[in-house]
Amino acid sequence: MKVVSAKRREVSEGDMTPMIDMVFQLIAFFMVLINFSDIDQDQRVHLPKSELAKPPEVAYEKPITLQMTADEGIILNAGASDLLSIEDLRIALMRQSQVIKAQGDDIKLSDVTVIIRADESARHGKVLEMVDAAQQAGFETFAFRGKQSQDSGFNSRE
Amino acid sequence: MKIRKTKHKDKIELQMTPMIDIVFQLLVFFIMTFKIVEPEGDFNVRMPPPASQSPSQPPETPTLILKMTADADGNLASMKLGDVPFTGTDKLTPFDQLRSHIVSLVGDEAGPGTASEREVELDSDFNLKYRYDINAITAISGYIQDGQKFKLIEKIRFAPSSE
Repeated sequence: MKVVSAKRREVSEGDMTPMIDMVFQLIAFFMVLINFSDIDQDQRVHLPKSELAKPPEVAYEKPITLQMTADEGIILNAGASDLLSIEDLRIALMRQSQVIKAQGDDIKLSDVTVIIRADESARHGKVLEMVDAAQQAGFETFAFRGKQSQDSGFNSRE
Repeated sequence: MKIRKTKHKDKIELQMTPMIDIVFQLLVFFIMTFKIVEPEGDFNVRMPPPASQSPSQPPETPTLILKMTADADGNLASMKLGDVPFTGTDKLTPFDQLRSHIVSLVGDEAGPGTASEREVELDSDFNLKYRYDINAITAISGYIQDGQKFKLIEKIRFAPSSE
């Protein structure tokens, strides 16, 4: 003991170990929870709640996500800041279906799933216009997306 | 023992500072990109374009039509399945009533190839908010009891909208 105290002319250092332990724990926590696959979810869209909305068991082979905000603007490419009108969407979907057709036989238009993420307060007719545009471009399979919730969502009226 | 004691005198100091710098950088990155995501799920609907629908033989059971009308604000004003209106009571929403009606429909016509094979067409007003469509699809397509999911009618389509 005597030796140690005599050597303490250097700067006394706090014990870093517990702090580093905690920081690594936190990093591991956030790394595990981070989810890059949900990157197509747009914060401008508030999905309607539904108790039966279950995440798909297998990922869709070739999904196209159409999103509609509460102001009924359309987002085709996830993350795009500008909203499309229905005419723009028609043109863009036609182009996409041409591209898929040109790719040959490995994927058919009817196999493409069009995911509809519409805001809960968007109007029914506007959502159907979006569906109609996709139908005209040749897409047939649709998935209407809802937010999973414990209650039925029947009472929500905010 | 004596040797070890003498070695302790000049203890090697690990340089912690760069590591802690990087570790904090990582921590901040993950905290900033962290976003609580609620799980989302889908209702799958197969809807071929109306033009391609060939005049196939009429289905054995007629399609049930769910008519929903909207008030000026886009909220639900009335709901009717065929001729049966659902107005809701103090305790039950119209959608709860619709669900129990569908349950009794499916239950009455027990056996294969009956009510659960039927198709429901959603005919909503243009102004009706989309959340009521999802509510109706939820009520029609199934229910959850004791954590178990029971399927009701899964063939659902939308009537062509008319403004």
